[in-house]
Amino acid sequence: MNITLRIWRQQNHDDQGRMVSYGVDDISPDMSFLEMLDVLNEQLTLTGDDPVAFDHDCREGICGMCSLMINGLAHGPEALTATCQLHMRHFADGDVIDIEPWRSNAFPVIKDLIVDRSALDRIVQAGGYISAPTGSAPDANTTSVARKDADRAFDGAACISCGACVAACPNGSASLFLGAKITHLGSLPQGQPERDSRAVSMTAQHDAEGFGGCTQIGECTAVCPAGIPLDMISQLNHDVLSGLTQPGGQ
Amino acid sequence: MNDLYTLGEPLVDLKDPGGPIEDRWDKRRFEAKLVSPANRRRLSVIVIGTGLAGGSAAATLGEAGYHVKSFCYQDSPRRAHSIAAQGGINAAKDYRNDGDSIRRLFYDTIKGGDYRSRESNVYRLAQVSESIIDQAVAQGVPFAREYGGLLDTRSFGGVQVSRTFYARGQTGQQLLLGAYQALERQVQAGTVDLHTRHEMLDLIVIDGRARGVVIRDMITGEIETHLADAVVLASGGYGNAFYLSTNAMGCNATAIWRAHRKGALFANPCFTQIHPTCIPVSGTHQSKLTLMSESLRNDGRIWVPAKAGDDRDPREIPETERDYFLERMYPAFGNLVPRDVASRAAKNQCDAGHGVGPTGLGVYLDFVDAIGRLGRSVIESKYGNLFDMYRKITAEDPYQVPMRIYPAIHYTMGGLWVDYDLQSSIPGLFVIGEANFSDHGANRLGASALMQGLADGYFILPNTINDYLAANPLSPGIDTSHPEAVKAATAVRDRIEKLLAINGGRSVDSFHRELGSILWEHCGMERNAEGLEHAIGLIRGLKEQFWSNVRVTGHDEELNQALERAGRVADFFELAELMCIDALNRAESCGGHFRSESQTDEGEALRRDGEYAYVAAWEFTGLGTPPRLHKENLEFEYVELQQRSYK
Repeated sequence: MNITLRIWRQQNHDDQGRMVSYGVDDISPDMSFLEMLDVLNEQLTLTGDDPVAFDHDCREGICGMCSLMINGLAHGPEALTATCQLHMRHFADGDVIDIEPWRSNAFPVIKDLIVDRSALDRIVQAGGYISAPTGSAPDANTTSVARKDADRAFDGAACISCGACVAACPNGSASLFLGAKITHLGSLPQGQPERDSRAVSMTAQHDAEGFGGCTQIGECTAVCPAGIPLDMISQLNHDVLSGLTQPGGQ
Repeated sequence: MNDLYTLGEPLVDLKDPGGPIEDRWDKRRFEAKLVSPANRRRLSVIVIGTGLAGGSAAATLGEAGYHVKSFCYQDSPRRAHSIAAQGGINAAKDYRNDGDSIRRLFYDTIKGGDYRSRESNVYRLAQVSESIIDQAVAQGVPFAREYGGLLDTRSFGGVQVSRTFYARGQTGQQLLLGAYQALERQVQAGTVDLHTRHEMLDLIVIDGRARGVVIRDMITGEIETHLADAVVLASGGYGNAFYLSTNAMGCNATAIWRAHRKGALFANPCFTQIHPTCIPVSGTHQSKLTLMSESLRNDGRIWVPAKAGDDRDPREIPETERDYFLERMYPAFGNLVPRDVASRAAKNQCDAGHGVGPTGLGVYLDFVDAIGRLGRSVIESKYGNLFDMYRKITAEDPYQVPMRIYPAIHYTMGGLWVDYDLQSSIPGLFVIGEANFSDHGANRLGASALMQGLADGYFILPNTINDYLAANPLSPGIDTSHPEAVKAATAVRDRIEKLLAINGGRSVDSFHRELGSILWEHCGMERNAEGLEHAIGLIRGLKEQFWSNVRVTGHDEELNQALERAGRVADFFELAELMCIDALNRAESCGGHFRSESQTDEGEALRRDGEYAYVAAWEFTGLGTPPRLHKENLEFEYVELQQRSYK
């Protein structure tokens, strides 16, 4: 296949940035999308141009490092698929493909397609954990957990923190990310003692980072490669409300 | 002996406390010096890497009150490649009442490692395994559970007891998030300074002790020096020396290799693990390989066409014209033979022309019998996510057409040599997780990598590092202007300038790919002296070409991914040569390492305990001068050495 790419190039955070066209030829349908970009970068290197910078690591869809807006869709056209697991067989010979970074005030562009997502880590720092210092744990089977609760916790814990939900949201909200962590920890008995304060403090950090509020549009869940369901935002709202109204709450 | 290496003094682990094996860890912890809580905040520890080992260590040292500086090359500590581990984590809990015990996990691990690991270390690993599960559950790791609400376990990798805890097919992800969250809790508490997108490029050794690191800020390109009372490397394995592996693209050996060049011995570099159930290479564009959990071999049957070159649709090949080669060769274990045996058999079939798929480098893994016996829904519930992943990558439906699989590099058992305290041969430099060599011998059991990483990080290192810190704090007055720190930073800058100045005609990746194919061909799952000597010549030639003809675009003082890769590949060249030298020295077949000169009449691996029951620890003596081999003899008091047999 021969493909035309229009890629966002931005030298650094202060640069204005622009879309630049490139052609790549003889692309195999079995290539992954990122392998197609590897081919482009090999071409650029040999002609002395600066290769396109993009984030990627495991290329198995689990580390959450890859992050491309492909033809206006976060992670491209395939449902439940991170960019690194997208293959060129979903495109056709002669296609023109637009590739941009995640767009959000809370994710400043570092270079080309790479953005700074450290705001998500800071949300976790604000309470996205269960305080269990090493060595203090009781035997693992001391507390039983109903299987439905364990499954629900897992569904939230499956979030890969890629930030696609933010990129897709018209409000630039990270509520799905937040809801996933709140649901993960709040569904387990071990997570109950800090449940209310966690929801309140993580949400405060979310807002302080400049992410927008949720208006239940649902673009986030449509692009989420890990299939985090929208009702985890309801869980978030429930826990925040509870945290704000409980006696002794914040 | 030849001119490739020289022999040095034997090596002894002086920290192994001896005595009855059950009491050794207790004894060591009791004898180790402690640091009083009030003094801990004045002591600092650098931790490189934030995977299961590094993340759990940094969090635990922070909880203890030390001042921790944590570094990772990714944009978040949660992206370390531990996250990709699928199958599970072993622990000797014996919740199933099926005869498991610390003793049995110890025995299985020693045997699985083909008797090339230390009894003391492995016994401690089995002892600590139980606490890891407790710790993870307390953190909220959502392990699989029975309907009664208690933890579920399964049997894994042909082991006869059900001791593997799991979280769907994403156990590594969930355990890493537990460690990551504990780490972020300490960042919030102010005990851990976190530096993401920062890569270690050298170790700073002052007066014979590890006292700091040289780090490149991957966004600005700035070269920084950081000093501390001790340094911990948790930077993972070196599987990416092979270019194609199941490692993440960024996994590299630079941290451990730079430490090796500064004096840390490198143990058993040729011990690498090849995993039989990976998705085959589809073409020259391939950038990495994807593993599918070997649990698939519980129900899938592996076969090739009996006639070489038979390229019919597999569904049209009748039973009588198929060769279920593992079932034929190993009737007792069949498709469940260990990883190395299954991998080598598959490669031999392909080499003999029976391989399938567009490249001929693949064998079938067929579920048609299992679907017929158990029904599609059972197979779907067991392996649904793996089948989906396979379909995404290959566009073939494994419910209809047999999967194609091929072996790939997955894990490296070798790594920096450490003593019982996990301290390297440089005082003050500790090495944990896959980066060290300590527990898996010549082959690692399934579901044991997660166990070792977390054992080291949560429980072992935090107890042994005190002993060092109590007696050896950094002298007051030493800061980043110390000549050794300045020298190390200058060397890093010079090397970067050199790489950028070559401006040759080939990309970094093209060199890496070629290096990988040399290693795979000659230092992969089957090796011999002739091939290894040939490979050493090829690697040296290619390394020279690299330093004269590589093209690294861009500048130093910016985000520059080509420059990052160039430095890593330059180190892989040097490590690759040592891997071949180590493989050449070890003229026996053991674990994942098959030497064609050392086999039984039936073509099976022949271990040679009389000559090679030792850890090969290599000393760097300078570029272009032969490395020096130090042997640490392995003594076995508690297990009896046996040849493995799966017939």
